[in-house]
Amino acid sequence: MKIVTICGAGIGASAILKVNAEKALSALGLTAEVVAADVASVRDVSDDANVILTSQEFVDAIGETYAEVIVIRNHFDQGEITAAVDRALGEH
Amino acid sequence: MPLPPLPDTAVVLGASASSWRDALGLAGGALVTSGATTPAYTDAMIGMVEEHGPYIVISPGLAFAHARPGAAVLRDGLSVVTLASPVTFGHPHNDPVRVVLGLAVAGVGTHLESIGEIANLFNDPGVTGRLASAASADEVRQIMGASA
Repeated sequence: MKIVTICGAGIGASAILKVNAEKALSALGLTAEVVAADVASVRDVSDDANVILTSQEFVDAIGETYAEVIVIRNHFDQGEITAAVDRALGEH
Repeated sequence: MPLPPLPDTAVVLGASASSWRDALGLAGGALVTSGATTPAYTDAMIGMVEEHGPYIVISPGLAFAHARPGAAVLRDGLSVVTLASPVTFGHPHNDPVRVVLGLAVAGVGTHLESIGEIANLFNDPGVTGRLASAASADEVRQIMGASA
């Protein structure tokens, strides 16, 4: 499984999301690759992604994708991020 | 210490900003004054918001200002600006901003340690409020676990 996190520069907000998504995976006992990238390279990195975590501002630019796009409001809210990862990748 | 240093010159407390541009200008100015960046980096941080919108307001009350690594970054750097009056960035959920965190990274790859520290720090939802009411650069460093 693969999670892609997207922001403007690929090093700030998306890196925060990557770190917190990795904590979420660990808490949920799931394994996935997590890649942070800027919105300009979303096509290159998300071909095989299951989930894209991002801010509302990038949803239109991400456009059509097979991945489930999930908007995170508070990038530091571990509860919000863990719930999103669980909803997308957990066994239900 | 994985966080970049936070000297007194990189901390601006109780500042007045009339717009999000002013607020980012202060965070960028503190990076310049502390020797981490050139003024071009400040323009690049403002340019990110002009291009993509207020996504840098990544949690309630906090703007995480940064741009890409490049010639304008002299060394890894961090700056903290607290605002006397909160400023609206236009974010649908996390406005208004009381604290601006400026980050400059000299190269991609090595910065993930710093990002990890920042994530751990702000996973505590009380940290932004404590920074907003900090009275000295020492107090800011203490809250963040940063060195001068």
